[in-house]
Amino acid sequence: MSENITEKSLDEISVTPAEIAPSELDSNGLLKKRARKVSLDSRKARAGYAFVMPFILGVLFIYLPILLDSVWFSMSELNFKTDEYNFIGPVYYVEAFTKNTKFVTNLMAGLQQLVFEVPAVIIFSLFIAVVLNQKMLGRAAFRAIFFLPVIVSTGIMETINAGDIMSNQTQGGIDDGSGQSGASQIVSTLDVERLFASMKVGGELVTYVVNIVNNVYNIINYSGVQMLIFLAGLQSISPSIYEACRIDGATGWETFWKVTFPMISPMILVNAVYTIIDAFTRTQNPMIKYINQVYGANPYSATAMSWIYFGIIILIIAAFAGIASTFIFYQRRD
Amino acid sequence: MENKTYVTKETKNSIRVDYEGKLSLKERLMSKAKTLNTWTKLAINFFRFVMMLGVSYVILYPFFSRIAGSFMTKEDIVDATVSLIPKHFTIELYRYIIVENHYFDALLNTALLSILCALIQTLVACLIGYGLAKFKFKGNSLIMGIVVLSMIIPHRALRLAILQHFAEFDIFTVQAWGYRGPIELIFGKPFQMIDTMWPLILLSLFGLAFKNGLYIYLMRQFFKGVPDELEESAYVDGSGVFRTFFQIILPLSVPMMITVFLFSFSWQWTDEFYSGLFWTFNSEFYLMSDIYTKIPDSLSNMSLTFAGWPLYQNIIQNTSGMMVIAPLIIIYLFCQKYLVQGIERSGLVG
Repeated sequence: MSENITEKSLDEISVTPAEIAPSELDSNGLLKKRARKVSLDSRKARAGYAFVMPFILGVLFIYLPILLDSVWFSMSELNFKTDEYNFIGPVYYVEAFTKNTKFVTNLMAGLQQLVFEVPAVIIFSLFIAVVLNQKMLGRAAFRAIFFLPVIVSTGIMETINAGDIMSNQTQGGIDDGSGQSGASQIVSTLDVERLFASMKVGGELVTYVVNIVNNVYNIINYSGVQMLIFLAGLQSISPSIYEACRIDGATGWETFWKVTFPMISPMILVNAVYTIIDAFTRTQNPMIKYINQVYGANPYSATAMSWIYFGIIILIIAAFAGIASTFIFYQRRD
Repeated sequence: MENKTYVTKETKNSIRVDYEGKLSLKERLMSKAKTLNTWTKLAINFFRFVMMLGVSYVILYPFFSRIAGSFMTKEDIVDATVSLIPKHFTIELYRYIIVENHYFDALLNTALLSILCALIQTLVACLIGYGLAKFKFKGNSLIMGIVVLSMIIPHRALRLAILQHFAEFDIFTVQAWGYRGPIELIFGKPFQMIDTMWPLILLSLFGLAFKNGLYIYLMRQFFKGVPDELEESAYVDGSGVFRTFFQIILPLSVPMMITVFLFSFSWQWTDEFYSGLFWTFNSEFYLMSDIYTKIPDSLSNMSLTFAGWPLYQNIIQNTSGMMVIAPLIIIYLFCQKYLVQGIERSGLVG
């Protein structure tokens, strides 16, 4: 076969690919339109659609109907006599702001918790990831312990953690208003206050640090995934950059702020967004708790409230991501 | 001047070399001890170790206290002198939970459900993540936006609509537009999916189950870090897109897939929301969440007579919670290496 081709001149070769069936050729012996070659780009685009097809189908046939239904429920009420839903318009939406006194309070409590939690989780998880990334005694054991909450502390365990009387006595949960005395907490609030007062820093910072110290168990539980993402980001920084720093005589402190921090900054944005989502959608969030509580009495009103709530979350995340992305350093990858 | 060197020990990663004029161990230590740097390093290491030990204690303490509490008798609970270690050791709580709450049935069912869902979710997240990372097509970023959106809106808040949708499942039904969908037209009535695994399987299959947005995001970032040259060389060699994916990309992404699998497996295992939603109260299909929510009958009758009941109830729930996660912890002990390794080697990019 190959010998024959080399003997012929190029012009003489008439290729009729075996895979083109005679039926695909028209009367002039040309390919019909359907069988013509598509450009590589559009073929790749088609393959891309094929890969994401499960999600597109799911969104079209399951997710979108559920969302539409949910919006519809939030604007209707069940007529018990005829067992039909009557459209009543955005009554519950207006009520949430005007008549309902608890809605705005809980919303504010949720936002307050967010302002407290996001910096705490980000700083804590970055710190722990940096430490776990270093060589140290018992690193494997510490890693195993630190990532245990990722695996076990969702769902059932989250509920148990929230309602556990026994270990709360030693963890000292604040915010739950159960009035436990400071004596049984890990760090007495008074001690920290004294320490910070001697440093002459503001009162807000003192309460913030005290809150973090008392909530350390929850913060650890909430920062598992973030730790993993930071660890992945730290591992992806090339060791040769650190080597160059060391040769140039940079200290560990300088290397962290001039190299590690900018290189990890995309991960900080990702983790911050993840933390915001996680904090907002957690079962223990005051707003979600309140919506669950209302759901029992009036599911339609609860659905309306959740939609207002999602709108606010989306706004916050969009605003945050927009602001934060201007400060982020993206490494050019060639 | 050149020192003569002798290789004394050679392994895969390190070589130990002795050379002429090498100081003895004692001398080397002495000279090290004279520098300040050694002592600061030692102090930092010690401080770090103690700090990690302290945080580990905070993580592990609740587990210890719950396990200790599970062996307590009624006398221990009302006894103020007992804080952690029970005076009268008993395992009757475990016996009640295993026998009356159908522990082993629940274990089997949950294992089956979790493995099934986790496998599907991992594979689907892999497909979608690859499509989003490596192909340019119209609506790529829109789909990524919807993925993020599906994470933002918790299913807990959509539960009424989700329940209605799967109670009478049809391909595209919106209440406002009436019930008739293709399935109803063909089979006469929509599929009843309550008390079956189908709702969870369908949600997993379409990448819409619990936290699937995170899995898709992780897979997408992982595939973005895979160099394009790999696929290009495969295409040049005549391999199609799907063959390249299944034969070259998929084997490459096993570490990341293990991480995602562990996430989805364990989060499905400890789930209580979906099990409570898709299985009715008197269903015979016991799941782990049933163990946790139900107090054994022979214990619940003492709620009026026993003074320490609130604490005892708490201990019962903690014990069942520990029994729910016990298999998970055993699996974790074997797999935790892969969980960290998978994500470490992934080269995630922002």
